[in-house]
Amino acid sequence: MLLKELSEAIGVSGAEGQVRDLIMNAIEGHVDEMRIDTMGNLIALKRGTGASPLRGLLAAHMDEVGFIVTGHESNGLLSVEAVGGIDAKILPALRIVVDDKKRQPGHFVWKPIHFGGGQEIVSLSNMQVDIGTTSKDSAASAAPLGSRLAFDSQYIHLSDDVVRGKALDDRVGCAELIELCLGDPLPFDLYACFTVQEEVGLRGASVLVESIQPDFAIALEATACHEVPQDDDLPDQTTVTKLGQGAVMSLMDRTSIAHPRLLHHFIEVAEREGIPHQFRSPQFAGGTDAGILHKSGAGVPAITVSVPCRYLHGPHCMVSLQDIEAVLRLLRTALPEITQEGLTR
Amino acid sequence: MKALLESLAQAWGPSGYEHQIRALIQEKADSLAREIRVDTLGNLICRVGRGTGRRVMISAHMDEIGLMVSHIDREGFLRFTNIGAQMPNVLYSARVRFENGIVGVVGVENAYTERQKMPALPGFYIDVAGRSDEIRVGDVAGYFAPAVADEHGLISKGLDDRSGCAVLLSAMEALQDSEHDLYFVFTVQEEVGSRGAMTAAYAIQPEFALAVDVAPTGDTPKGPQNALKLGAGVAVKIKDVRHIAPPEIKNHLIQTAEKYNIPYQREVLTFGTTEASTIQLTQSGVPSGVLSIPCRHIHSPSEMVRWDDLETVRDLLVASLTEDLSGILR
Repeated sequence: MLLKELSEAIGVSGAEGQVRDLIMNAIEGHVDEMRIDTMGNLIALKRGTGASPLRGLLAAHMDEVGFIVTGHESNGLLSVEAVGGIDAKILPALRIVVDDKKRQPGHFVWKPIHFGGGQEIVSLSNMQVDIGTTSKDSAASAAPLGSRLAFDSQYIHLSDDVVRGKALDDRVGCAELIELCLGDPLPFDLYACFTVQEEVGLRGASVLVESIQPDFAIALEATACHEVPQDDDLPDQTTVTKLGQGAVMSLMDRTSIAHPRLLHHFIEVAEREGIPHQFRSPQFAGGTDAGILHKSGAGVPAITVSVPCRYLHGPHCMVSLQDIEAVLRLLRTALPEITQEGLTR
Repeated sequence: MKALLESLAQAWGPSGYEHQIRALIQEKADSLAREIRVDTLGNLICRVGRGTGRRVMISAHMDEIGLMVSHIDREGFLRFTNIGAQMPNVLYSARVRFENGIVGVVGVENAYTERQKMPALPGFYIDVAGRSDEIRVGDVAGYFAPAVADEHGLISKGLDDRSGCAVLLSAMEALQDSEHDLYFVFTVQEEVGSRGAMTAAYAIQPEFALAVDVAPTGDTPKGPQNALKLGAGVAVKIKDVRHIAPPEIKNHLIQTAEKYNIPYQREVLTFGTTEASTIQLTQSGVPSGVLSIPCRHIHSPSEMVRWDDLETVRDLLVASLTEDLSGILR
């Protein structure tokens, strides 16, 4: 799986070219058609065997959260804005890399302890980035206005099963979708959509349904996993999802309520095949491309299948390779069994 | 409409899970429509009329607000998240019912020791008194509160927007011989963002649309600052936070009400919206208006409407679609 290369490629929302090129190279020759639409989505058609008349849209987003340069200070520091949701609390000392040919490294400033420790409120407006330039002009030529900055992280194995890297949200989804493109044809026509600008409002996905007219849609994602220590004296607390416990089925999030029958089909298959699976607690869940896909056009039955991921929207996302395997097993067994009847209400 | 509304209001159907209320409505609508279908998201679309005039969509939502179980703790208490807007101060001690019939009580942490404080949703739980092994994460519940009717009106959960559904069914009956192509749509998922109405309108492509929903009255102590009163008749929507009624539609409704002496009110809301807000943005845009049913205590287990208000809404809906529609579009 290309997960290492995908994780290390830079593709902040709106500037996904590098990731898209990587994916195109990987699937070329294994799909029947490829095109890039106006928004920058990569849409690949892998024709089915003809056994099913359905058109299935599977979506994984190529973009990652990051920053964009909005100004250059007289002391050579960069002012930036966040692209996508980033908690300001992770910024002090955060390492970044400029998305340009030489991948200029840098980091967010912080005040050493000698200066009285941090009582002040950390917010993006008082956090600047230091790339080593010492004047406004040299900062502007090293990182012009509009340059994207990404987290600076290497993809590594923490153990045989657990890997850590930036942007696993949603490069794991991209890796899974690539695997489906490389595999045998499914009974139905597969529209593998590698989307753009999900992190800033599901924008890439919002233009897909009109041109593809799918019969169903599935978003492949990485989802929040926040395993707080359990207090033995209290009844257990919710963690949203748990690493290593398998493919995550979404019930509901801010942007959509899963299509009950399509969801039920996946749950039934998982139980029948003994594929480890779990549910994404709707309480803290964000949004996915399924959120816009299901209500596009005249409506599309849609669900989201995810991999649990710790420390989302930060430099050190962690996933379990076993969980990715569980998702792939689930997709390979459940997808071919989707019927028109099973998509009704 | 009286007996009908009680049974519609009491039916189970939180957003995304409308199959039970839909079956009930479909039973009544079957004999009133020349075509009926259920679309991808679950909207019930009923076609009425001879189909030679204008193509109009009239909608009311079937879904009600609810709760979804997000986590079952070791002691069997159910943590939940909201489906649609839930107010914490209304939740404590509310009874909620799951699809399998189990009724739970919404409890709150520190119910007795910190009486004045009302936490946010994570501080609540549903207590099903030891039956938690019959519940799974993802199960959905709606308010469970019996209907109380008298000669003036009705108190029940679910009047938002089963009252609109009752008005639509009654109007369908009266408009059987309409020359127009009328699509009466009982929509899904309004409470989570008017999602069903949007996709239904996309497929129907009506020339204009009318939504029927409840609106909060401003006539309770220190209530919302609007001019609506219970018992003062159908409210013609002028504006809410996500929708401005096109003047042509607003004027048509008001002129029709005045012509037929239907008591009406002019409605401007500073919070909340209806399905018209998403319908108006579908395809190349659909001019959309709203007829509102005055209602008190919306989004609580004890919503309140008056029979005479409901009748004026139905009367204005029917009259406005019977009058000459040539002025209603630009």
